[in-house]
Amino acid sequence: MMRRILGQLANPQLLALAGVLLINWLLFPNFFRITWQDGRLFGSLIDVLNRGAPVAILAIGMVGVIATKGVDLSVGAVMAMAGAVAATLVVAGYPAPIAVAAALTVGLLCGLWNGFLVAVLDIQPIVATLVLMVAGRGIAQLITQGFIVTFNDPVLIFIGTGSFLGLPMAAVIAIVLLVIVTLLVRKTALGLFIEAVGVNRAAASLAGIRSRMLLLYVYGLSGLCAAIAGIIVAGDIRGADANNAGLWLELDAILAVVIGGTSLLGGRFSVPLAVVGAIIIQAMNTGILVSGFPPEFNLIVKAGLIFLVLIIQSPLAGRLFPARLRPVQEARK
Amino acid sequence: MVDADYALEARGIIKVFGNHVALDNVDFGLRAGEIHALLGENGAGKSTLIKILTGAYQPTTGQVLADGVPVAVDNPQQAQKHGIGTVYQEVNLLPNRSVAENLFLGHQPTRFGLVDRRKMERDSRDILERYGLDIDPASELGAHSVAVQQIVAIARAVELSGKVLILDEPTASLDRNEVERLFEIMRDLRAKGLAIVFITHFLDQVFAVADRVTILRNGKRIETRALDDVTRTDVVRLMLGKDVAFSGATGVQDARPLGEVLLDFRNYGRKRSVHPFTLSIHKGEVVGVAGLLGSGRTEMARIMFGADAADEGEVHFEGKPVSIARPTDAISKGFGFCPEDRKAEGIFGDLSVRENIIIALQGKLGWFSALNRDEQMEIAGKFGEAMDIRAASLDMPIKLLSGGNQQKVILSRWLATDPAFLILDEPTRGIDVGAHAEIVRTINRLRDEGLALVVISSELDEVVAYSSRIVVMRDREMVAELSGKDINPGVIVQAIANHKEGTAS
Repeated sequence: MMRRILGQLANPQLLALAGVLLINWLLFPNFFRITWQDGRLFGSLIDVLNRGAPVAILAIGMVGVIATKGVDLSVGAVMAMAGAVAATLVVAGYPAPIAVAAALTVGLLCGLWNGFLVAVLDIQPIVATLVLMVAGRGIAQLITQGFIVTFNDPVLIFIGTGSFLGLPMAAVIAIVLLVIVTLLVRKTALGLFIEAVGVNRAAASLAGIRSRMLLLYVYGLSGLCAAIAGIIVAGDIRGADANNAGLWLELDAILAVVIGGTSLLGGRFSVPLAVVGAIIIQAMNTGILVSGFPPEFNLIVKAGLIFLVLIIQSPLAGRLFPARLRPVQEARK
Repeated sequence: MVDADYALEARGIIKVFGNHVALDNVDFGLRAGEIHALLGENGAGKSTLIKILTGAYQPTTGQVLADGVPVAVDNPQQAQKHGIGTVYQEVNLLPNRSVAENLFLGHQPTRFGLVDRRKMERDSRDILERYGLDIDPASELGAHSVAVQQIVAIARAVELSGKVLILDEPTASLDRNEVERLFEIMRDLRAKGLAIVFITHFLDQVFAVADRVTILRNGKRIETRALDDVTRTDVVRLMLGKDVAFSGATGVQDARPLGEVLLDFRNYGRKRSVHPFTLSIHKGEVVGVAGLLGSGRTEMARIMFGADAADEGEVHFEGKPVSIARPTDAISKGFGFCPEDRKAEGIFGDLSVRENIIIALQGKLGWFSALNRDEQMEIAGKFGEAMDIRAASLDMPIKLLSGGNQQKVILSRWLATDPAFLILDEPTRGIDVGAHAEIVRTINRLRDEGLALVVISSELDEVVAYSSRIVVMRDREMVAELSGKDINPGVIVQAIANHKEGTAS
């Protein structure tokens, strides 16, 4: 039991996270300091959780898509659309719950649309979701009529900046989603079916798995997660910025999933490790910020990280270091 | 083994993977101008030996000699330089490029630094002619049949290498005529002095074309013999190290009482796929399906299972009309289907043996009522044992198992769903003799337990042994239904060949 726990802690993603945190600590000795103020926690670590939440939420949706050998490029644009819908509705006087529900519905519909293109029309995922990646931001701009729609709705602002039990609301939402989705895929057979479809869709269909339904589910979930992230980001800046909300975040989400050990070729996947991937990315961002380096460094360091991950997951590394450093082989306990 | 005229020789090859000895002191000599069959069950070490000869693996100890001179073969390019060319079962050429480009890929003739397409196509035409292929060198390779692609691959290997040709199960996806054509080419190349290694699972083909045979078992070389002085039984005995008896392989099935009708297909068909056929299948019987490749056998199986939807006719299950438009419809009624192309449609390569076994049962249960790990282990363990699946662990990825064991896993997958009706498409193709016997035994056992089975197979002896009726397909049409005394290979061949029903006279 003890050995199993230790064994799991020794996985490459957690080691990498520990490494990044350690470097942050060396560069910025106050990195681990957490204080309690006005009924909530403050500190760089809390900041990592807060800022990392949107990408973590995107990654929770993205990991299922990637496990089916797909990819969802539209999540950034869907974030912008969801934010625009929520903001415009509250500004127009609708109560916040209606605005949130509408934004979530838009996200879900976007995801189902992607799923329809991939599952029913058999369009390659990268192209299918590119459609909405381009169109979605345009639609968001149409909704906001080109303006940044600002609002003062306390509920939306609470979702973006509030706190619960001392933790930032965004992080709480991400954690709740992580738990729900992990239970959903691992306590039911959905996870196995997703992996089966990702490994061999033809065989999955012949084995009696409704692969079309399943693809609709995973793309739908991805859209829904994108909408949640979009609402959080809008609440955070108290406005919907159709041009910039969620810009390029689809790439961060994909990177998080890949760092989490899920191969772009589909198959084995792990939701918690994808979230760890998102936290690693954010820990680097925050580390660079608090240690006083110019933020431009961020892009270079991120590129370095991508490079490192690719090397670790390459076939050559597999031969040199057989067991540990491979992508998720057996994600299940 | 003191023979100077070996074109290629391996001496004392030992290859160790971890703590597993894949090859144990194997000698292998290949003469110029011979066709040398390499036989062995899956896992006997055939592919390891081939990979050492072609430089894909390095031997732990031992030597490779070309024309009696020790050579270092570090990679496939170097093997090519020593005159060794290989053609694999799955043609690994570029289907979306032209035939000529495939022939010359990597060494295109150039003119002023640019590829001289005209010369390339002219040269290609000459080469193709020598292989009896009258196709346009500028046409896309993928547009041609597998057989033609196979011949192009051989032509490329011979042109590049020219001394030794290794054919790794080249006939697995060819029909009878295509195999014959391939054999002509092999004989032709032999006459020109090429040394050919021929790996196959079909003993008939070995005896039809090869001069000598080397048999491997468990990583050891058991025998190298001229085929003139061995019999078929000798070869099988050497491969297995024991005598195998295929149960009931002797001939006509005893007249057994048929169970009640389970399934009744009436004028069931699909446009451009299978002509409407009428067939009723009883509990406790095996209906064999014979016919050449591309005769509509697989298409028939697919519409029976709902993998393709029928657009004509109707089907009755236990007396009631039902609709089978997709696999889930079929599975909910207790159908199972082992497809012909195991790798593309059967296995989930990266998933474990355990998951591969329980997946159809889990699919039937639905996603919400998941089998937990212990239940999965129990089910997988039970069928793993019953089917004698040889895997180091049920948690290892299925792609690491041999073809025969993979086939047993897929069969187990359906048995775990407690089926009433199984469709097996070429269940014994490309698998070793031991797994073959196990699968034939299982077919007999399931029939005796009252299941209805449809078995498609190219091996007539085998179909004859376990079928109580045989349906013959030709040109996508069911042309004959044979029973009783007509169940023998002669009548079947006649029915396949000339469309006339081989009635008992």
